Amino acid sequence: MEMRPIYLDYQATTPCDPRVLKEMLPYFTEEFGNPHSRSHAYGWRAEEAVEAARAQVAHLIHADPREVIFTSGATESNNLALKGVAHFYKDKKDHIVTCLTEHKCVLDSCRHLEQEGFKITYLPVSANGIIDLDQLKEALTDRTSLVSIMAVNNEIGVIQPLAEIGKICRARGVLFHTDAAQAVGKIPMDVESMNIDLLSLTAHKIYGPKGVGGLYVRRKPRVRLVSLIDGGGQERGMRSGTLSPPLCVGFGKACAIAGEEMAAESTRLEALRDRFYQMITEELEEVYVNGDFKQRIPGNLNISFAHVEGEGLLMGVKELALSSGSACTSASLEPSYVLRALGVEEEMAHTSLRIGFGRFTTQDEVEQAARNIIKEVKRLRDMSPLWEMSRQGIDIKSIQWAEH
Amino acid sequence: MTLTYFDYAASAPLKPCAREALVSTLNLVGNPSSPHTAGRHLRAIVDGARQDIMQALGGKQLVFTSGGTEANALALTGLGDIPVLVSAIEHASVLNATAHSSLIPVTEEGLVNLDHLRDALATAETPGLLSVMLVSNEVGVIQPLHEIVALARRYGWKVHTDATQALGHIPLSFEALGVDMMTISSHKCGGPVGIGALILNENIHLLPLIRGGGQEFGMRSGTLSAPLALGFAAAIRDGVREQPALGARLLAFQQKIETALPKARVFGTHAPRTSNIIGLAMPGVPADLQLMAFDLKGIAVSAGAACSSGKMKESHVLAAIYSQHFEEPGRRPSGEPDERGDLRDQGRIPMASLPPRKRGTPDPRLRGDKTRKARSIGIPPEDARCAIRVSMGWNTQAEDVDLFIQAWHDIFNKQTVNPLKEAS
Repeated sequence: MEMRPIYLDYQATTPCDPRVLKEMLPYFTEEFGNPHSRSHAYGWRAEEAVEAARAQVAHLIHADPREVIFTSGATESNNLALKGVAHFYKDKKDHIVTCLTEHKCVLDSCRHLEQEGFKITYLPVSANGIIDLDQLKEALTDRTSLVSIMAVNNEIGVIQPLAEIGKICRARGVLFHTDAAQAVGKIPMDVESMNIDLLSLTAHKIYGPKGVGGLYVRRKPRVRLVSLIDGGGQERGMRSGTLSPPLCVGFGKACAIAGEEMAAESTRLEALRDRFYQMITEELEEVYVNGDFKQRIPGNLNISFAHVEGEGLLMGVKELALSSGSACTSASLEPSYVLRALGVEEEMAHTSLRIGFGRFTTQDEVEQAARNIIKEVKRLRDMSPLWEMSRQGIDIKSIQWAEH
Repeated sequence: MTLTYFDYAASAPLKPCAREALVSTLNLVGNPSSPHTAGRHLRAIVDGARQDIMQALGGKQLVFTSGGTEANALALTGLGDIPVLVSAIEHASVLNATAHSSLIPVTEEGLVNLDHLRDALATAETPGLLSVMLVSNEVGVIQPLHEIVALARRYGWKVHTDATQALGHIPLSFEALGVDMMTISSHKCGGPVGIGALILNENIHLLPLIRGGGQEFGMRSGTLSAPLALGFAAAIRDGVREQPALGARLLAFQQKIETALPKARVFGTHAPRTSNIIGLAMPGVPADLQLMAFDLKGIAVSAGAACSSGKMKESHVLAAIYSQHFEEPGRRPSGEPDERGDLRDQGRIPMASLPPRKRGTPDPRLRGDKTRKARSIGIPPEDARCAIRVSMGWNTQAEDVDLFIQAWHDIFNKQTVNPLKEAS
């Protein structure tokens, strides 16, 4: 029988929790009304379910349900937040501040806005992956409409100082958007205390279904958006299209579970992560954790293994489902732009693995995975002349490679 | 009380085959964009569903979206800043997709006025995009798309069709229609809600509405749901296979209803129409009253598109078709912001209140112009106010039809002899 690979890619996506599935299924079958049909009970029941789910989502981030709109996922939410705010406020303000390690959908939206004539400041990050608040303050101008800084990085798991960023933005009258797809359900998020004006989230990163996400849009003081998808005027005119009751219900349930279990789950994942890291560092030298070790979510490690060929390593641990970076960009062989932004050298960036732990990860799996990785890294290093040279104390960067 | 469902055009119940496909994959782990085995497996499912749908409906490329609305928005904006012509009875997601579209009026049968279309195409400075829905979501008339496409081609225009309501109810082939882009939606044809698609020919590449990881050939970023894609494909395969039989069955139901209700006025009877939708006026009984009465009897119908049905205002589709004066000041949405609908009315001023437009000028609705002369004659406007949409689908049974007919008579008799109503 074929072994199921050990799943260690919880930042790419998470399996749907059986409790979520159970809650969703009736809405795929018996409760099939269109939630926007106001003329009959099928529609009302579907709408009720959608509204209950909206309340569950809102509760997790300390928002009012009326402030949450449903979208198809975090990519759409981020596009809507950035383009929507930029276009609405463009007459008075045409400047946006973001950072180099954002998810591709934020960076791509920004590039597109740049082509339209908006000015974008891409803040650098420190070696630990965290932005410098003084640089943020300096970047803000009277023309700045929006600061978009992700809550938790999808590759290296570091947590940005959201409350501080929110405070700075509020003081300057600049809107603060955060892509919290990797943060919600993993660390406490509070749009009030953190002064967040817009927040993107998605179901499939928190054990909910794929195909649904949300955008928090503050009502007081009110944040206005130009919509991306127009039509029937659903979601308070900010996002048209028929909502999917089963997907919304699943998202709501996923949020409810995440809220209840976050504290205990964090402790458990931290222990698993520490166990994994301990096993790796006991056996292997020249292993580097990318991103701040402390200020990160418990379910993520991003590790570079010096003098190992990255693709070879990935191929060598095929029984583990993990990746070298973001799923969206993982098909390309380019080193991660996130790691490059941290100042990680190209060779080192090539040898990194993103290891994600989650709700269904067991201690056995973690230990098995660590053993496999240790074995494979040792094997590759044994074959590597670079490793041998570095063992002999030769500084590899000093070598003048002959052109050929 | 069991409910009898006559609102398939708003959302159809999930077909068993789609349910099976969906449920069989809901437990799978992974992101279809990940290169590891789990991811590749999901990617294969999504791409398999893509191939299945194109095999059933034609087309050279297929972009999955979150639904019909997003597919329409992508089609209408993806070619960049070019002239856009749309028919007056399009779904709101087409009408509102761009700020610079112009409207082509329809005849009193609800069909695109080909003379107007020809003029508009001939006088346009540069070729652009024409969007005409294949089947009207409110009255079920089928547009003469072959002629429309032929006209558009003569002037070098590209054509998009919203085939959301056609899928499963008439024979549907991308190649036979000859269009460049075609929108379909899963939950209207018995698939799971939350997914749709835009089918394209080989030489179309669209600017994305949603940017990011570059999924869907760079035209639509975001993580796709393999279960939704698989359920969608299953519903389409089944829908295409069953279409002839279902069409015949529903035609018998449609004829039965229309014969059994001689006092009802049926819209679109002089045009080709699908057998699943009936636009039906109960003379003298306002639509909202009918909806409540039907609901009390356990029958779900609607007064038009679901997205706007909450407002209980007159349908822009019927307005465009039957027109004349729809003015009834007491019932127009007053504009006071309601908690959830405050932004909803932007750009959705009823068409009946718009002034005449010179061809080629931008649509004044989008500038908030609120007066429009009425046009063309047809059935009296009172009838449009009394219109409901009855729509059927794969699981509509003969007993449902009987229940509906009985309920219609009961409501009509009660409402038209009610002395209180006379007094008011």
